[in-house]
Amino acid sequence: ILHSLVQTGICVITLAESHPVLQSGKTIKSISYQISTNCSRLQNKVSGKFKRGAQFLTELAPLCKIYCSDGEEYTVSSCVRGRLMEVNENILHKPSILQEKPSTEGYIAVVLPKFEESKSITEGLLTQK
Amino acid sequence: MFPLTEENKHVAQLLLNTGTCPRCIFRFCGVDFHAPYKLPYKVCQKVEASGFEFTSLVFSVSFPPQLSVREHAAWLLVKQEMGKQSLSLGRDDIVQLKEAYKWITHPLFSEELGVPIDGKSLFEVSVVFAHPETVEDCHFLAAICPDCFKPAKNKQSVFTRMAVMKALNKIKEEDFLKQFPCPPNSPKAVCAVLEIECAHGAVFVAGRYNKYSRNLPQTPWIIDGERKLESSVEELISDHLLAVFKAESFNFSSSGREDVDVRTLGNGRPFAIELVNPHRVHFTSQEIKELQQKINNSSNKIQVRDLQLVTREAIGHMKEGEEEKTKTYSALIWTNKAIQKKDIEFLNDIKDLKIDQKTPLRVLHRRPLAVRARVIHFMETQYVDEHHFRLHLKTQAGTYIKEFVHGDFGRTKPNIGSLMNVTADILELDVESVDVDWPPALDD
Repeated sequence: ILHSLVQTGICVITLAESHPVLQSGKTIKSISYQISTNCSRLQNKVSGKFKRGAQFLTELAPLCKIYCSDGEEYTVSSCVRGRLMEVNENILHKPSILQEKPSTEGYIAVVLPKFEESKSITEGLLTQK
Repeated sequence: MFPLTEENKHVAQLLLNTGTCPRCIFRFCGVDFHAPYKLPYKVCQKVEASGFEFTSLVFSVSFPPQLSVREHAAWLLVKQEMGKQSLSLGRDDIVQLKEAYKWITHPLFSEELGVPIDGKSLFEVSVVFAHPETVEDCHFLAAICPDCFKPAKNKQSVFTRMAVMKALNKIKEEDFLKQFPCPPNSPKAVCAVLEIECAHGAVFVAGRYNKYSRNLPQTPWIIDGERKLESSVEELISDHLLAVFKAESFNFSSSGREDVDVRTLGNGRPFAIELVNPHRVHFTSQEIKELQQKINNSSNKIQVRDLQLVTREAIGHMKEGEEEKTKTYSALIWTNKAIQKKDIEFLNDIKDLKIDQKTPLRVLHRRPLAVRARVIHFMETQYVDEHHFRLHLKTQAGTYIKEFVHGDFGRTKPNIGSLMNVTADILELDVESVDVDWPPALDD
């Protein structure tokens, strides 16, 4: 499910090619960042160079829910431990971008792992699908 | 015997009875001799040994804090005596001890070192005195004015000159006289010199640099103590200056900067280097030209022009150049879809294009997350082949060019990819000009 970027440790979370939502025939009805009654990823606000205020994510933390026209619902989880920088609001307005350009403009979120952990995360990603 | 006129003899007697030191008495009576004034020569020796080049100097002296207490006592005595003659005297009417000291010592320094004393001089000689014998003289003030003497992290002792002065201003005359003899009694020893320091204020050198390497960072690239890439723009220029000016260290600043893999062409990018504590400061314009030549001969990765001595306001010009002035670039762009000449022509007609750039992912770890509105003033294209073209563009200061080309996951909008409806990437980037007309161009 993920994508790692650069030696700086920044992680861009995107859907893997094999994800059901990206298979032909699937239409996305809507995407929501409201993952629970109290938590919306859209409320994530970071400030300053040290990105204070970021929501902390564990590997299983949900990022968003994808609702398809055939009734299926998918939850995308972070897969990376770290602090949430931003979620992609473009896919909220135009969900088709997620399917057309899943690895670039259709990214889900940007996560900044803890500096010490970023190296092991990058290594872990290379072995994952 | 030392010459004293008849009329001075009874003045001398009066002062002696109060415990005034004989040297001060003779000085007061206008007797002129140098023998007791050994200190200035000790200082001059140190100054000459330090290897600084200077045409003037400012002398700053630091007396032990407790000396202010004695001075205060002496002042009270003078006030009393004047009062007896029905004359009133303000604190500012009498000469301060430090002033008198400088009146005596400045001519001695000037004569020995051969330069004038100038308050505005960049070369500073500072002497710190201590007098261990009387260190406790000022301690009584802490009992009377405790809030003047608050302990702070950096201070060794609470009794700093400022604190003592503050307390002396507050304390009532009667309270002071109860605690401290007036006139003060004679100490056994003179003040000891704690330290003599020489330092020269920073000088500034400015110029413009070209960068011809695609493998050179602007500042040293060191991670975990390990240098990742050899050398840097700032070191290639500053190391020579550091040596010639015999400076302790340097601070390099420039009107913006470019990535490791980006060249800087055209007139180059303005830079200014602050040389800290330089020992050599006087250079003719010929010598500066030779220094520039030396830098240029030492490396083909960078070249320097318009090298010149400037003032501190240079740094302000750098900032202005970085934040306000436009830059022009040349980029080699790749497209995934095959393109024809007509597919890029429309870019030439776009003027003052407004773009929004979220902080690029590649710098997000060290910059705050924000959206920056920027303007692409104009663009000019050159077709290369079906998958490549050159883009010349002029942009507002602070525009991330690479992200404008590839779009940075759609976080820079619009971008070349979105404008052309292709996937685009940047293969090469050159800075063609930094539109700042500072530092002044020199004719070579």
